[in-house]
Amino acid sequence: MSELLRIERASKRFRQPVPLGDRLAAWLGRPRPPRAVQAVTDVSLTVARGEVVGLVGESGCGKSTLGRMVAGIYTPSEGAVLFEGAPVMPGGHKRSPRVQMIHQDPFASLDPRMKVGETVAEGPVAHGIVSRAGADALVAETLRRVGLDPALRNRYPHQFSGGQRQRVAIARALALNPALLVLDEPVASLDVSIQAQVLNLFMDLREAAAGGSGLTSLFISHDLGVVRHVSDRVAIMYLGRIVELAPTRTLYAAPAHPYTRALLDSVPRLGQGRGVFHPIAGELPSPLAPPPGCHFHPRCPHAGPRCRVEAPALLPVAPGQSAACHLHHGGTAAAATA
Amino acid sequence: MSTLKEAPPALEVRGLRTQFPGRQGLVRAVDGVSFAIRRGEILGLVGESGSGKSVTGFSILGLVEPPGKVVAGEVLLAGRRISGLDGAAMRRIRGAEVAMVFQDPLMTLNPVLRIGTQMAAAVRAHDRVSRAAAWDRAEQALTTVGIPSPRARLDAYPHQLSGGMRQRVAIATALLHRPKAIIADEPTTALDVSIQGQILAEVRRLADETGTAFLWITHDLAVVSSLADALCVMYAGRVVERGPADAVIAAPRHPYTVALVGSVPSGHAPGARLPQLAAGLPPRGADGAPDSGCPFRTRCPRATEVCAAPPPERDFGAGHTALCHHPVEAAA
Repeated sequence: MSELLRIERASKRFRQPVPLGDRLAAWLGRPRPPRAVQAVTDVSLTVARGEVVGLVGESGCGKSTLGRMVAGIYTPSEGAVLFEGAPVMPGGHKRSPRVQMIHQDPFASLDPRMKVGETVAEGPVAHGIVSRAGADALVAETLRRVGLDPALRNRYPHQFSGGQRQRVAIARALALNPALLVLDEPVASLDVSIQAQVLNLFMDLREAAAGGSGLTSLFISHDLGVVRHVSDRVAIMYLGRIVELAPTRTLYAAPAHPYTRALLDSVPRLGQGRGVFHPIAGELPSPLAPPPGCHFHPRCPHAGPRCRVEAPALLPVAPGQSAACHLHHGGTAAAATA
Repeated sequence: MSTLKEAPPALEVRGLRTQFPGRQGLVRAVDGVSFAIRRGEILGLVGESGSGKSVTGFSILGLVEPPGKVVAGEVLLAGRRISGLDGAAMRRIRGAEVAMVFQDPLMTLNPVLRIGTQMAAAVRAHDRVSRAAAWDRAEQALTTVGIPSPRARLDAYPHQLSGGMRQRVAIATALLHRPKAIIADEPTTALDVSIQGQILAEVRRLADETGTAFLWITHDLAVVSSLADALCVMYAGRVVERGPADAVIAAPRHPYTVALVGSVPSGHAPGARLPQLAAGLPPRGADGAPDSGCPFRTRCPRATEVCAAPPPERDFGAGHTALCHHPVEAAA
């Protein structure tokens, strides 16, 4: 499989608005260090053509920010996001419509005043893929691909149910014939029976595309069950870093990072029996002030002195599986002296 | 033990009906719902959007806004009838004997008041105690729900707490008067999984230790299967299946419950197609309101002509029942 997307040590910082006190201090000649949220730190990841990589984490872990860097909505503060070998956003401008993003809430992501046919046609026409006159055929074909009747093209989003709206949002992305789809929580706002429909559609599209160009995807979700169902590989993120990356089966069967293990344990599952809880202790730290060393150490049952000072690197632990944890690389006991 | 058995349920609902006038006729949001929750029991009320599960919670507390109206049914709190009480009498009960926890604690907490001020106000709404005593009780309640350094948290404003902490504060506030029952409407839906796990463990412990009965309203089957003792599955305003949580999840009998359980991805091989429900609305009668037949028959793979008649209640033993003409046989 050839490589389609390469994320190279990408980081993203967002600056906080400077409070009045800090501005006064700067004016008086005593500048304070600027406040910044380190949303994504030093993330490297490759996605092969035709592959679906799941990106899992809790709120504030940077999974959506990473997805937006891939989709060309944000420029990385450091590092690079390379699509087919070239930066997605050279000079701050998105290079190619071949990376498309699908958002969580189809109530918010569709323009309520545009007919869905116009919504689907807008991208291809703007990018000169089809002429305005020729857009009709493309719209009809795309709506059929996502399982909607092309006769519905003159309706407005409010005339559709939640599941149908998400299909429209998927059609809008597919109309540009993307090589890479970034799906940010595409089923999180849907009822379970509707969620099943959208997941089935996603798998159908993937199979249909497998022969031709291939539908490569970055599937972002907090739902471990959904990600397991659709992904080939899974990356687990915690406070801006990837802590584990492994083939789906390996990750669920033999998680290497304590956070992955704890996360899998704390998810309620059907039929696991009542009253069996293994919650992770402690709070999610604020990304404004992440703990030093390994970000997970305050909540980790295996944390040692080394974890408090030295951030572990993401290193291989088994074929295809990497984890960022000192347990696998030299132990947690002694702080390594450089 | 015999006295315990004879004690009335902590919360009992009989034949509850709540209606809203709609453009296409009457909407029967809650259409004859009955259930009972014993002391220390957690009942999961499961359904998808629009099934009437939240309106059931509001109806119990007398919080349905006009033009919506509770038109029939009884609500009994430890055997005492609380439905039909006037506003003042209901206010004395609400928050003291039965309390509610909502999905988003940011909506229920006042953003400009300290946690302690709000909780003390809740204490003093029902009990004549000094301000200091009220703060002490608030502190105790925070300790009960597992909040570290509770005194410091009382001085905080809601925005200074994380989502999980805010939800614990909401639960602690609901617990202030040791209510007989707490109605919790999607209380962990907005939380991260690791925090959700903590809250679920805490609620299970509270129910066991304090004897508070919980009505846990949610769309998430996995959550109730690990938390609840019993389940009621709602569809179109009716409870279509009920029973012990493990029995309903392991061997669902109503085709709708079967479909709900089946559409959860973790029950299937990765990449397999998930069973899909056909779309469809409950059939409506001449007056625009749903008819008395099975409301699920328009989407049901097992539906036949007889389903236009009111579905019978089938009993599968151990309190497991379903309203269905063609219930699914238990897997061998």
